[in-house]
Amino acid sequence: MANPCQLLYCHCAYAKVVPREVKQEVLKQLSESGVAFDAVADLCEMSARQDPALLQIAQQENVRIAACYPRAVKWLFAAAEAPIQEQTHRVLNMRTESAAEIVSRLLSTEEITSSNEDMAAVEETPIEETQVEEP
Amino acid sequence: MISPVAASWRVVLYEGEGSHPLGADERFEATSALLERGYAVSNVRPGGRLPNLGHADLLVLGRFVGEKPPHVEDALGEVRLHFHQLDEGIIEAGAASVLALVEAEQNEQNVTPPGGWKPWFPVIDFDRCTNCMQCLSFCLFDVYGVSGDGKIQVQNQTNCKTDCPACSRVCPDVAILFPKYKAGPINGAEINSDDLRREAMKVDISSLLGGDIYALLRDRSEKAKSRFSKERDDERALKERMRCLKKLQEGLGDLEIPAEVISSLPSMDEIQAKAAEAKRKAEKALQQQEQSKHDV
Ligand code: SF4
Ligand code: SF4
Repeated sequence: MANPCQLLYCHCAYAKVVPREVKQEVLKQLSESGVAFDAVADLCEMSARQDPALLQIAQQENVRIAACYPRAVKWLFAAAEAPIQEQTHRVLNMRTESAAEIVSRLLSTEEITSSNEDMAAVEETPIEETQVEEP
Repeated sequence: MISPVAASWRVVLYEGEGSHPLGADERFEATSALLERGYAVSNVRPGGRLPNLGHADLLVLGRFVGEKPPHVEDALGEVRLHFHQLDEGIIEAGAASVLALVEAEQNEQNVTPPGGWKPWFPVIDFDRCTNCMQCLSFCLFDVYGVSGDGKIQVQNQTNCKTDCPACSRVCPDVAILFPKYKAGPINGAEINSDDLRREAMKVDISSLLGGDIYALLRDRSEKAKSRFSKERDDERALKERMRCLKKLQEGLGDLEIPAEVISSLPSMDEIQAKAAEAKRKAEKALQQQEQSKHDV
């Protein structure tokens, strides 16, 4: 299924703060949906390492991130010198929202804009992509 | 500051052209098992592209049609693709066998395994931070530092004591987050009027301690020295530190400092040295801040 957004799922692997049933259900439904998505074990750990992947994600447009509180995610990216700003990055909070709400917002085909999103970011630089060699 | 390090590698579950799709359950279970072990996973679907997330090594797993070369490098040798066929045997054996395959390849390629540390450290909300340096002065473990342009910075994340949110309690501006903390606003939840009321009641840590955060610790250290000069032992020193922290807690509310942290506090002499160093850094940064205000 085509989706104009880049989807990023954070598994919060090193703590139990995101309800297990919510994160498992979100991951399950993403897996069943047929969309392409990226999943990371723990955005906090990546921020502490200043993982260059965060900068790559920050430079993408139209990104939806399933993780935790938008304020926490915003400053985790900023701490890794990969700021996400208004308008292109939407953070969905698996600590407070239901799996159904998260999945429906992740899979929404509507483009992220400052007027329709709670938390977003603009970054001018387009992402460089690595085309996987066709087998 | 930890120098930037890319994750060891990323696992790609490839279901694009030239491969057969996985079942939804297989995809979910493999992704979930890999994430639990700390791996990043990209799911590539037909027609999909793989975003460049800066990984040098990609372990590409799929039900490929025909044979794949085991390793491919890009022209610059910056990205290496390691292909692995997910044959029926692996798929039938389930997620554990996918994990075993990834770990075997990791050992073979000498790639550092992920994980090994619970990522617990403070994150600063610079929309709120006023650069007062109280956190720098408070933390005894050198987690905080000052950037080249005089701004507070979290510099040594791995020095932070797991599950200790105490510095967030001393921040007068509710600007310190611990994303893995149980409750708001420390976990990043929006700050409500109750939180702000609590902050307004918070005693300024430096005034609480007579202008210097460690003055109390030092005074008590001096008293302790005279009292216990001949018989001071670890147990007494520990009790002394706990008394100091209790005093701090009376002023600041429950700091929730875990017992392991209290027992691992540096010695009084080290605390004094750290206090002097933190004070020096904070003063320098604050002076720099004043100076730049005048320059504007
Ligand atoms: S960003 Fe949030 S959900 Fe992700 S690892 Fe950190 S605390 Fe957990
Ligand atoms: S105590 Fe709070 S406001 Fe002061 S420098 Fe630290 S984070 Fe910023």
